[in-house]
Amino acid sequence: MRAPPMTIATSHRLSELDVLESEAIHIIREVVAEFERPVLLFSGGKDSVVVLHLAAKAFWPGKIPFSLLHVDTGHNFPEVLEFRDKTVAAHGVRLTVAKVEDYIADGRLAERADGTRNPLQTLPLLDAIAAGRHDAVFGGARRDEDKARAKERILSLRDEFGQWDPRNQRPELWNLYNGRHTVGQHVRAFPISNWTELNVWRYIERENIELPPLYYAHEREVYRRDDMWRAVSPVSPARADETIELRTVRYRTVGDMSCTGAVDSAAVSVSDVVREVGVSTITERGATRADDRISEAAMEDRKKEGYF
Amino acid sequence: MTLTIDPQASTENDIVAAPEGTLFRFATAGSVDDGKSTLVGRLLHDSKAILADQLEAVTRTSTERGFGGESGGIDFALLTDGLRAEREQGITIDVAYRYFATPARSFILADCPGHVQYTRNMVTGATTADAVIMLIDARKGVLEQTRRHLSVVALLRVPHVIVAVNKIDLLDYDEAAYREVEASVRLITAELGIPEVLVIPVSALVGDNVVDRSERTPWYAGPSLLELLETLSVIDDLDASGRASEAFRLPVQLVLRPQGSVVVAPELADSYRDYRAYAGQVASGSIKVGDTVSVEPGGGTSTVTGIDFAGVSLDEAFAPQSVALQLADNLDIARGAIIAALDTLPPLTRTLEADLFWLDPRPLAPSARVLVKFGTTVVQALISEVTGRLDLTTLGVEPATNLAVNDIGQASIRLSRDLPVERYVQNRRSGAFLVIHPQDGATLAAGIVTAPGEPTRAGDGSGAGSDVSP
Ligand SMILES: Nc1nc2c(ncn2[C@@H]2O[C@H](COP(=O)(O)OP(=O)(O)OP(=O)(O)O)[C@@H](O)[C@H]2O)c(=O)[nH]1
Ligand SMILES: [Mg+2]
Repeated sequence: MRAPPMTIATSHRLSELDVLESEAIHIIREVVAEFERPVLLFSGGKDSVVVLHLAAKAFWPGKIPFSLLHVDTGHNFPEVLEFRDKTVAAHGVRLTVAKVEDYIADGRLAERADGTRNPLQTLPLLDAIAAGRHDAVFGGARRDEDKARAKERILSLRDEFGQWDPRNQRPELWNLYNGRHTVGQHVRAFPISNWTELNVWRYIERENIELPPLYYAHEREVYRRDDMWRAVSPVSPARADETIELRTVRYRTVGDMSCTGAVDSAAVSVSDVVREVGVSTITERGATRADDRISEAAMEDRKKEGYF
Repeated sequence: MTLTIDPQASTENDIVAAPEGTLFRFATAGSVDDGKSTLVGRLLHDSKAILADQLEAVTRTSTERGFGGESGGIDFALLTDGLRAEREQGITIDVAYRYFATPARSFILADCPGHVQYTRNMVTGATTADAVIMLIDARKGVLEQTRRHLSVVALLRVPHVIVAVNKIDLLDYDEAAYREVEASVRLITAELGIPEVLVIPVSALVGDNVVDRSERTPWYAGPSLLELLETLSVIDDLDASGRASEAFRLPVQLVLRPQGSVVVAPELADSYRDYRAYAGQVASGSIKVGDTVSVEPGGGTSTVTGIDFAGVSLDEAFAPQSVALQLADNLDIARGAIIAALDTLPPLTRTLEADLFWLDPRPLAPSARVLVKFGTTVVQALISEVTGRLDLTTLGVEPATNLAVNDIGQASIRLSRDLPVERYVQNRRSGAFLVIHPQDGATLAAGIVTAPGEPTRAGDGSGAGSDVSP
C-alpha cells in the first residue's frame, strides 16, 4: 500500500471478494468508532494477518488505531513468532504478548495431561483483556471453521468471564451492529465471519499478502499421530513407537505445535494453495487440529468458557 | 484421513473451486420441524459442498442417535444444528451460517430456527437475505408460525420468496395435496402483498427437486431449488438502466484525519498533511467524483473531490463498497452524518410511524424511553404510542396498546433530534433501525419506517437536541 494513488474505472457489480472486503472494513470501522479500547488478537496466522491487512486498508492513509494482543502458548512455531514480530513492526503497531508459560510457572495454570495448551489460552486472554481495559476484541475466526462458530454473531457479547451464551445471543439485524454493553462485559468482533478458507486464500493471492513460510510446502521431519503429520520439535517429540520421516508438507492452520498437524502438499506458491484448497476434501480444522477432536462439541465448550 | 493433493490435477470436485463470482445470501424460514435444516443439509450434500470429515462426523452422530431406525441414514439437519442443545432437543435454536459455491455463484446460507421462542433469530437471518426459502410441511399446511415468518418476510421486503412445500414423500407425491397447499400459500402471500412467490414441491429427506428435478413429481414443470437460487438477482444489483435504483447514501462511520501520521511513502507524506475524508459504506446508489452532495445534519452541500479506497482513487463508488469521500468544502461532518445525492434526502423530522418486530422477552412499556440506531446515528427516542398489532390469524391489524415478544406491531416514535427519516420502501438501508434498551443495551426490536412525521420547520434548530455518544 505504499504505491502512489492510481485511478481505476469501476463497473457496477462487486465481486465476491470485494463484497466480503467491504463488509469486513465496515465492521472494523464500526467497532473503532463505537468502542473506546479495541484490540486485535494477532497470532501471525493467516486469518489474523488478513484482518490486520483489512484494518490497514480501513484507516488508510492513517495508521491502524488499535494495538495487537497475542496469547503465546509457548508452543508456537518459531518462524511464526518471527513473522509476527516483523509484521507488527512493519505496520507500526504495538503488540502485547500474554504468555501461558508465565501462568504455568507460577501455578495459576497447570499443564494438561495431554500436553495441549490451546484450552489454556483462555485465562491469560481474559486477564489481558481486563488489564488492557479492552471493550472490544477483534478476532479472525470464521464461521466456516466449525459448527459452533457457524452460530456466532459478528459482534458477540461476552460477560465478565468471557463466556459465550449460544442460547441467548443478541439479535443482529441488517448491518446495524449494536455494541452496547455494561461494565465488565466486552464484545468479540469477527470481521471475516463470512469468509471461507478459499476466500481467505484468494484474498491473500489478490492482495499479495505475506504469510509465515510454513503455509507453503516445505520439507519437515514429521511423524504420524491421530491421522495427522506432527512436526518433530522439543515440545512435540515423537514417541518410541512413532516413525520419523522427512516429508513435503504444509500447514493449513498454525497454532500450538502440540496440537496442530501438517498436510502432505506440493503447493509452493499462493496460487498452488488456492488450487489445493479449492479441491480439498477435508475441512481445515478436520485436517489439522487435534484439540477439536477431544469431543463432538469441543469448540462450543471452549467458547462457552471464554475462548475466541 | 490423509490429505494428499496434487495441486496441478483437476478433479471431479472442481465444483467447490468455482471461479470467483457473485455472492448470494439466502435464509430459511417456516414453522418448527417443517424440515428447514434437513433441506439445507440436503442442498449442501447434493451440491457436493460437504467435505469428507464433516460427512463422516454427521454420519457417525446420526447412527449414534439412531436416526432412520434399523436402516440408518444421515440426519442432514446435523450439518447445521451444531450446538449441543440443538442436537439434544432436535431443533434449531440459533442461525447457522454455511457457505457453498456452484459454478454459477457463491452462497451464504442462514439456516434459521422455526420455534416461536427463537423468532428473534429468524429475523436476524432474514434481514440480510436476498431470498428466503419458506418451508411448509405438506401434511400440515400453513401454520401460525408460517404466517408470522411470512409477515416478517413481507414487511422486510425480502427481494425473493420461495415456498418449498416439503415432505411431499409422505404424501406419496400426490399432486392434489400439493396444489391445495400451494393455493393457500398464494392466498396468504397475495394478502401480505408479497409480489412474486415461487412455490416448489420438495422432499428434503429424499432430495426431490432440491438440486435435481425429480421424476416423482412429473406434474411439476418448474426448476429445482438450486436452479432457482442460481438465477435470482442480488439486492445490491443495479436496475436494467444501469443506474442505482435507490438514491446515493453514505452514513459516515468516522472521519479519517491522520494529521501527518500517515502510512504513505515519505515523499508523499506532505501532501497528506491536511487529508480529511469521510469513511463509510455506500448504503445505496452510486456517486462519482465531481458530483454534488447534500449533508445532514447541517444541510450543507459540497462537491466530491475524491473517492479513496486504501490508496486507490476511484472515480465512482456504489453499494455496498466501503470507501472514504473527500469533499471540496470543510463542512462540519462527524460520525452519524449522512452524505447523500444532492436534494434527495427527505425533510428533517422528529416523529415517525414504524412497524416494530418486538424481539425482547420484556414487553414494551407504555411511553418507553429507548435509543434508536439509524445507520451510524444513535439518538434517544420515546415510543409514544402503540397503534396496532398484526393479528396472525386474520393478517389484519388489531388495536393494541403494548407489544410483547414476537409481536409485530405499529408504533409512533418521537426522536430527541431531527433526522432525515426515510420510508423503508424507498430505501431499505436508511429506513431500517434498531430499538435499544438505554440501560443494558439489549436490542429490543427491529424497526422499519412506514411514514416519516411532519417536517420540522426549516431554521428551527435542525441538528440540535441530544445525540448519544456510543
Ligand atoms: N419424510 C420426511 N421427513 C422430513 C423431511 N424433511 C425433514 N423431515 C424430518 O422432519 C423432522 C424435522 O426436520 P428439521 O430439518 O430438523 O426441521 P426444522 O424445520 O429445521 O426445525 P427447526 O429448525 O427446529 O424449526 C426431522 O425428523 C426430519 O428428518 C422430508 O422431506 N420428508
Ligand atoms: Mg432447523
